[in-house]
Amino acid sequence: MIDSVVVITEENTAEVRPDEVITLSRELKDEGFRFVTMSSAELEDSVCVLYHFDKDLELRNLRVDVPKGSKIGSIASVYSCAFLVENEIKEHFGVEFDGIPLDFQGMLYSDEEVQKTPFCNIGLKRV
Amino acid sequence: MAKTVLPFGPQHPVLPEPLHLTLTIEDEIVKEAIPKLGYVHRGLEKLAEIRDHNQMIYIVERVCGICSCMHALCYCQGIESLMGLEVPSRANYLRTIWAEMHRIHSHLLWLGLFADAFGFESLFMQFWRIRERVMDLQEETAGNRVILSVNQVGGVRRDISAESAQWILDTLKKVEKETLQLKSTILDDYTVKLRTVGKGVLTKEKAYELGAAGPTLRASGIAQDMRQTGYAAYSELDFAPVVETDGDCYARTVVRFNEVFQAIDLVRQAFSKLPEGELAVKPKGLPTGEVISRVEQPRGECLYYIRGAGKKFLERVRIRTPTFANIPPLLDMLPGCDLADVPVLILTIDPCISCTER
Amino acid sequence: MFMTKTILKNLLTKYATRLYPFHKRETFKHSKGELKIEMDKCILCGVCQMRCPSQCIKVDKQAKTWEVDPFACVYCGVCVDVCPVKCLYQESLYRTPLAEKDMVVHVQQPKESAEPAAT
Repeated sequence: MIDSVVVITEENTAEVRPDEVITLSRELKDEGFRFVTMSSAELEDSVCVLYHFDKDLELRNLRVDVPKGSKIGSIASVYSCAFLVENEIKEHFGVEFDGIPLDFQGMLYSDEEVQKTPFCNIGLKRV
Repeated sequence: MAKTVLPFGPQHPVLPEPLHLTLTIEDEIVKEAIPKLGYVHRGLEKLAEIRDHNQMIYIVERVCGICSCMHALCYCQGIESLMGLEVPSRANYLRTIWAEMHRIHSHLLWLGLFADAFGFESLFMQFWRIRERVMDLQEETAGNRVILSVNQVGGVRRDISAESAQWILDTLKKVEKETLQLKSTILDDYTVKLRTVGKGVLTKEKAYELGAAGPTLRASGIAQDMRQTGYAAYSELDFAPVVETDGDCYARTVVRFNEVFQAIDLVRQAFSKLPEGELAVKPKGLPTGEVISRVEQPRGECLYYIRGAGKKFLERVRIRTPTFANIPPLLDMLPGCDLADVPVLILTIDPCISCTER
Repeated sequence: MFMTKTILKNLLTKYATRLYPFHKRETFKHSKGELKIEMDKCILCGVCQMRCPSQCIKVDKQAKTWEVDPFACVYCGVCVDVCPVKCLYQESLYRTPLAEKDMVVHVQQPKESAEPAAT
């Protein structure tokens, strides 16, 4: 029986470097995994981004620590549906994604006058 | 003919909530659709920083009115697993009952709205009249009509007495009978079929790749339902996901229509197996660790990512709601359809925008 | 065609709706409505204030007041559940709409002065 509540452990979550994300997600896609969503949380001086994939209800995660203000490749070239959640994280946490097909420029939810990333305590000015 | 850019929404008769789409059309055929969200973005996730984990239950319930009970259930499940709590089995059954009643009223609401979307107003009234019975059940058992506030960390806050249970079963029998009478109207009607059959086809491969959730996914022939994981009391109940293979608007209607009966059946099963016992266990300690909790809402799979650091306030609560997952499939469905079908197509993913934007 | 039976039935049965101000719906016994307090039972412990998710309750120990902002109340009933002396309760009806915002303030009378103060 697969559990609907999954505590994140080393077994289901792989810690990866920011430049490995695209290749690893392509491997997962070839295995038949479906992209569920991404989550993010603010750490001391980086933002932790979690990629959730699922196959037959079983969850697999990738964890990436992105230093604040740095860039990470967008996985929208592998899973095209990822663009929406990448835009959300870009807006809320200031993580830049390289090559989002439909880039809202950090204005998916908020308007132009919002200058800071609302979910980061150390708000980054928008570029 | 030259391309025309047409703004669709945020105010549109078919949309109960504000969603904006910029449609590029050519000869009334949609070529491209670009969404714009943010009309009801409230930043509820951010509230986790100033409300403790018990108060957050009532905040996450307000993410979405229609699936409020499931939001709280999903959140409580996550917190319980972080605290290592074992929920009493009666509480699990009661959670299941309330969740399924929610599914019935949500699907009836959608069926009504859908009928309204293609202009069948009297059918809309019929469905909403039936739905009112379920709302009464919820008000009697939980105290509130929509936002039930019955879940708490460790169990449930209210009990359903034996007489209430009998009344619920009797009412559900009426609901079942009345809904069944409308079956031929919504599923066999000539005009309804013209508006739905073959429109907005989402193939099985596309649905899987684009991460569709819930009835949108199951109408494309993929039997994926989070209830199969057996959270709450589902592992002890007997059911199979409702699946259709066509992937068009009609298939999505059939899935939702049949899920009403499936939910009624699940409530019956749950009442027949309802064990006696405690309603809640007392939580101890503070949530520490990271957890992902998923449940099946009427609109699809909902995912919570909760991160606690053993403090009074949680570090992060992230909510991925089903409509958020269903927007990419919608954008894939829209190109190539008639402009007149756009409202119907948007409604078939059962959009809940305040869910999406939180 | 499919609706004929339903339409005929609707014509022969009574209205599904009510003429509201004249005919009101019976409320359910356990509905969560307006929040009320029995002030003389209250021990001003402030648990309700701490647990309220919308932070609409304010308890002042010094001034012996219990205040609720009914417009911020979300009718969840947590305060009623956690109250140690069970002095809070919910009516089964909501508050009627008002034209202006107001706060509901209850002041606890000192126990001795229940009788009129000595002249």
